[in-house]
Amino acid sequence: MPDAVIKIDNLRVEYKGIGGNAPKVAVKNLSLEVKQGEVFGFLGPNGAGKTTTINVLLGFIEPTSGSATIFGVDTREPIARNRIGYLPELTYYYKFLTAEELLRFYARLFQIPKDVAEKRINAALKLVELDHARSRQIKTYSKGMQQRIGLAQAIINDPDLLILDEPTSGLDPIGKMKVRQIIQRLKSEGKTVFFSSHELGEVETVSDRVAILHEGKLKEEGKVQELLNKYNCNLEQVFLKVIGYEEIPV
Amino acid sequence: MRAHLDKILALSGVAIREMYRRKDFYVVLILTVILTLALGSMNFFNEPGITGYVKEICLLLIWVFLLIIAITASARQIPSEIESATIFPLLAKPVTRSEVLLGKALGCWLATGIALVVFYTIFAILTASREHTLPVGLLIQTVLAHWTMLAIVISMTFLGSVIFAAPSSNTTICLTVIIGIMLLGRHLHKIALGLSEPTRTIVEIIYFSIPHVEIFDLRDLLIHNYPAAPWDKFGILLVYGFFYSVIFLILGCLAFNRKRLR
Repeated sequence: MPDAVIKIDNLRVEYKGIGGNAPKVAVKNLSLEVKQGEVFGFLGPNGAGKTTTINVLLGFIEPTSGSATIFGVDTREPIARNRIGYLPELTYYYKFLTAEELLRFYARLFQIPKDVAEKRINAALKLVELDHARSRQIKTYSKGMQQRIGLAQAIINDPDLLILDEPTSGLDPIGKMKVRQIIQRLKSEGKTVFFSSHELGEVETVSDRVAILHEGKLKEEGKVQELLNKYNCNLEQVFLKVIGYEEIPV
Repeated sequence: MRAHLDKILALSGVAIREMYRRKDFYVVLILTVILTLALGSMNFFNEPGITGYVKEICLLLIWVFLLIIAITASARQIPSEIESATIFPLLAKPVTRSEVLLGKALGCWLATGIALVVFYTIFAILTASREHTLPVGLLIQTVLAHWTMLAIVISMTFLGSVIFAAPSSNTTICLTVIIGIMLLGRHLHKIALGLSEPTRTIVEIIYFSIPHVEIFDLRDLLIHNYPAAPWDKFGILLVYGFFYSVIFLILGCLAFNRKRLR
């Protein structure tokens, strides 16, 4: 097994310009490595290129140049996604399905044997506290419940790597705490977690290392404690300094 | 291979489940059943010889409604996946875009197959009750030919759904093309003969390249109680239909693989 679970090498992603406009460079020559068992916080303001990078890792878009591998496999290969769990930022699930139907469907795509799948579905629904609503269609769920079913589907294949795109987006404080607990539990099980977030307090609590992206470029990368020591402030202030934000007096 | 097939079947299962949980599919299905039953059980003008006309109207209804079900259901599958972004957690699994398209197309085809069986069963019951006879062989051939024709329609609509952004424009284009072929397809060659070059060659190329869906229409044979066609010749018809379906699906997969989702 390669030491680096995620390896991004000189990645560049350009979006075609619309209506004769110049192409937009979303990610500029990004190089990054995430190691086995790490919780890696991927930070940046809106439009920094975080979601674009995640899209490349999941094979949704192709890099303009450079490469990205997961467990040593090119991210464009579907087999690279066998050991990944992915939680999108918003709740993008089949709302006409019930929670257990959705999980059973995804389990089948991973070719998980039926008896194992049923055990995992039960465990995942218990973990995200949706066992009581397992037979309800997802369209009847609250936003928080939909986010939790998202987390359940992300762990249905018992992934070695979890990619979470703003996992606490739109959750209430209890929901956020629950997600944090789940991330810590997955870390204790030796899983690798790669997540983007704007909740810097939480990132500081759960992450081993972080990378800060701004306008498509990697501005800072390192262990959380080392960055806190280097800048002598909390992660939020580190983030603001790195992206060059200057407070305008009100 | 088995893994690919299982994923395609899983995807088709979701497509079928979506269709039967949507109210519009039920409305069309129930409407057709009611209309077919009502028309078929009426005794117009106390005229016993009117059965043929009643059968014709019933079959026309079945054809029209199934065409609408097949095209509208197929046209929205891929665009709604992209629009609602459900495609992203799906493609984050070890599944290819081709498997997604094939699974969805299979789901639509199986769902129309279920509707087809319901409609033709009602038609068969009505015919048997009025004429006290049932041409089973021909009825089976009519259903199979119709289902094969729907395979062409569905695969063509899936190809359109990857190319055209809006499901409504794809629906209109596919409906126009299919109805156009059904009405004019067989006459294109005759039309070409009366034209000058290069239009003649163009029309002939169109004639020889389009899927002639009109040859799958065995309604007249059923209405006038013709004997069933020889099964070997009928088999060629099915092969012809599946050939076009496969071509459209391959083109659809190629286009979908190249399509930018974000």
